[in-house]
Amino acid sequence: MINSSLKQLANMLQAKTISSVELTQSFLSRINQYNPDINAYIALDETKTLAQAKAADLRIATGNATPLTGIPLAQKDIFCAEGWQTTCGSKMLANFIAPYDAHIITQFDHAGAVNLGKTNMDEFAMGSSNETSYFGGVKNPWSFEHVPGGSSGGSAAAVAARLCAAATGTDTGGSIRQPASLCGLTGLKPSYGVVSRYGMIAFASSLDQAGPMAKSAEDCALMMNVMAGFDARDSTSLQRDKEDYTRELNKTPTAQPLLGLKIGLPKEFFAEGLDTDVAQVIAGAIDEYKKLGAQIVDISLPNTGLSIPVYYVLAPAEASSNLSRYDGVRYGHRAAEYNDLNDMYSKSRAEGFGAEVKRRILIGTYVLSAGYYDAYYLKAQQIRRLIAQDFIEAFKQCDVIMGPAAPSTAFKAGEKVDDPVAMYLQDIYTISTNLAGLPGMSLPAGFAQAKGGPALPVGLQIIGNYFDEARMLNVAHQYQQVTDWHQKMPDLKNA
Amino acid sequence: MMEWEVVIGLETHTQLQTNTKIFSGAPIKYGAEPNTQACEVSIALPGVLPVLNRQAVECAIKFGLAINAEIAPRSVFARKNYFYPDLPKGYQISQFELPVVGKGAVRIQVPAQGKKPAYEKVINITRAHLEEDAGKSVHGAVEGMSGIDLNRAGTPLLEIVTEPDMRSAAEAVAYAKQLHELVQWIGICDGNMQEGSFRCDVNVSVRHKGSEKLGTRREIKNLNSFKFMQQAIEYETRWQIETLEDGGSIHQATVLFNPDTGETRAMRSKEEANDYRYFPDPDLLPLMISAEDKARVQSGMPELPEAMKARFEAEYGLSSYDTAALTSSRGLADYFVASVKAGAEPKQAANWVTGNVLAKLNAEDKAIVDAAVSAGSLAQLLTRISDGTISNNAAKEVFEAMWAGEGTADAIIEAKGLKQMSDSGAVEAIVNEVLAANAAMVDEYKAGKEKAFNALVGQIMKASKGKANPAQVNDLLMKKLKS
Repeated sequence: MINSSLKQLANMLQAKTISSVELTQSFLSRINQYNPDINAYIALDETKTLAQAKAADLRIATGNATPLTGIPLAQKDIFCAEGWQTTCGSKMLANFIAPYDAHIITQFDHAGAVNLGKTNMDEFAMGSSNETSYFGGVKNPWSFEHVPGGSSGGSAAAVAARLCAAATGTDTGGSIRQPASLCGLTGLKPSYGVVSRYGMIAFASSLDQAGPMAKSAEDCALMMNVMAGFDARDSTSLQRDKEDYTRELNKTPTAQPLLGLKIGLPKEFFAEGLDTDVAQVIAGAIDEYKKLGAQIVDISLPNTGLSIPVYYVLAPAEASSNLSRYDGVRYGHRAAEYNDLNDMYSKSRAEGFGAEVKRRILIGTYVLSAGYYDAYYLKAQQIRRLIAQDFIEAFKQCDVIMGPAAPSTAFKAGEKVDDPVAMYLQDIYTISTNLAGLPGMSLPAGFAQAKGGPALPVGLQIIGNYFDEARMLNVAHQYQQVTDWHQKMPDLKNA
Repeated sequence: MMEWEVVIGLETHTQLQTNTKIFSGAPIKYGAEPNTQACEVSIALPGVLPVLNRQAVECAIKFGLAINAEIAPRSVFARKNYFYPDLPKGYQISQFELPVVGKGAVRIQVPAQGKKPAYEKVINITRAHLEEDAGKSVHGAVEGMSGIDLNRAGTPLLEIVTEPDMRSAAEAVAYAKQLHELVQWIGICDGNMQEGSFRCDVNVSVRHKGSEKLGTRREIKNLNSFKFMQQAIEYETRWQIETLEDGGSIHQATVLFNPDTGETRAMRSKEEANDYRYFPDPDLLPLMISAEDKARVQSGMPELPEAMKARFEAEYGLSSYDTAALTSSRGLADYFVASVKAGAEPKQAANWVTGNVLAKLNAEDKAIVDAAVSAGSLAQLLTRISDGTISNNAAKEVFEAMWAGEGTADAIIEAKGLKQMSDSGAVEAIVNEVLAANAAMVDEYKAGKEKAFNALVGQIMKASKGKANPAQVNDLLMKKLKS
């Protein structure tokens, strides 16, 4: 049951072979059993969770169920949920109880989904290993010595360890796709503007986008049906017709369902820096796609190398401003003792923020300063447009772009904490899509095993054109019809 | 000795009359209990986002149209970053490089001062931009602590910036008054200076007359009365000139005016070192204003004072002096128009509105909306003059009584017995009587002493107890004396 798809769970719930309360309790007992080791959840509240499950059962009984009614989900702790501790992985908000719901929390509520708890994450979503969380690192369910990736590491680990049916994540530079890759799951970062950012704690506003993290493309599509849609409270939310993200998945199967699909392979994604064992797994996945009828096109995204420097100007710039509201005045951490106002600000912020957050606030403050703004911020915005232009050119030659989601499999905890630049390179293949506002996803494509180490998941990244999520989900889904990587479960007893 | 010249530019924060805040649906009510007008966006909870209030944009467009300015088809909201307890996000959303309203102009009337006659001047507007207000720090409400009231946080403001075009405190005050009237005229600001709806920052510098180069300026912050503005500029100007003449130099600074001492004083110099790290707000899309948007707002614009002035002159044949006075405020113009609509003769109405009504308002320090005699009532009174029921002199007495709340014009005329004699026979009888009793005066008149005529009129009016129609008396008397 814990390995069932969302569709299977919905069928069981509606056939009443199981109740939502029973299903929720089985996840809660797994959480009680494994979370102390994995640390995927920051906040749990069984009373609230079970009340939702009970309400869902009533709704199912009255025949008003949606495909997600009664399904236990995990929410990244970046989303405000009324009455829930909402920390964003930071000491700054360790005691913050959100007094309102984020847009997507409301959406899941309306769908009748059950909230199992808030998942661990890198502090303010800044990190690629979940090691910057104030609430401690998260273990990769495939190997506890290894990191789950980040920043949505808690959600990734929760899905991989089957501590929830599916989860939400957010992706500013790869924070859904890289942990999905490292934990062997399917995660989608939608086009910018598809999912409302209202109530999602801002890191870098022009890059942040929420999306699903689940076991399969089909599960992601069902989650997207709830998460996506216009919200008047987010000025960057796009006014588009509501779509059914599962619409392409249910077509009659054929021997070559992807016949004619042009897959672009950017040479820059297969150059130096990519682990050879990861490259091999990706090559195997591409071969599978050929069998499904796809055609391979060699393409180039010449400005890929600039994406990390551009990102580390723009994201910190926005973050330095977005995080200014954490000043100890109205909510959040305030230093116990201080001499005057400035002392209160500096002590509260020095104590409340971790090292990586401070590093980015400093970088961001610097690049926005008078005299540096043109050379850094403005220049980075110009290059950002060039990077987007690369994709526009590429999509003239292909329908989707594929490559690795991360340059390596999961690395060991502690391995990169003292080397921020090495950590930043984890997002080399994912950042450019955020800069361009494009949708990207990662799906399990196999395993790679370092000498003497455990077999660890490898993620295949699919990048689509703007608003092409339904097609991307189908491209992933067809692969998942002929492979079973997405159904592999870690052995938690021997991780 | 070189002659000095003061150079003044103004930045005015006008609070826009919208139902809700500029980036959220929170209500705006002055004087409400602290933090009761502050929603999750106003207090900047984690995760909240701004949504632009289109009503505020309409106000900005109205202002742009009123000063004949360029209205940007695309303008951009930017974040002005600084830490202050009353600034909940740690940044203010404002407009920086691309403001909504570009260059425009305001024509001002500078009143006569001493021997210097009144004159007109055009003050150029550099720009006007939309931004949000901050909250307020409250000291002393809680023992040993400072409180923060975020009711005002997010209130929409239009900041209007002039070129350094003014050359005296009088010009600066005339501009501020004109602008104050204009924003109320077009209905974008209630103009309440006590409540902070209209606040001026004044940039002052001095230089030798004839010099092209601007001196170093100091900015007088947050002036909330015209009187203080006048005093502050005069003091600041004197101070700068004296400082320079004593061999000192002026440093750019923000200063505050102390109304008790009448002096300006520099705030901590730390304030000047602020680097606001402006950058476009990624939470808001650029503000696009189309030709249709402008046309729609234009169609709802009231007639502007200059157009109305010209129309009054052409339609009613009023003097430029009268029309300037009538269009000095929207309320006064509305009052005048309403009295004409209610039947008053326009020239007479203009005289009364700019004369008796204004005098009464000034004496009681009242605004036209609080006039004790409505435009309709005034029209009734004026009709009684033109139909010959009462004399102009009697009308003044009736007006006083009306103002004091003694009733309608007709009721007061009746009660006080002020009706003129309409029976020409009765008037003629009095004239004959007076002529008979004052034969000496008649002889004087006939001998060429014009003054005797007026004395006779006076006698006749006295004999009629003021009820005779003076015009009728004049006619009759003339006829009798010439026969």
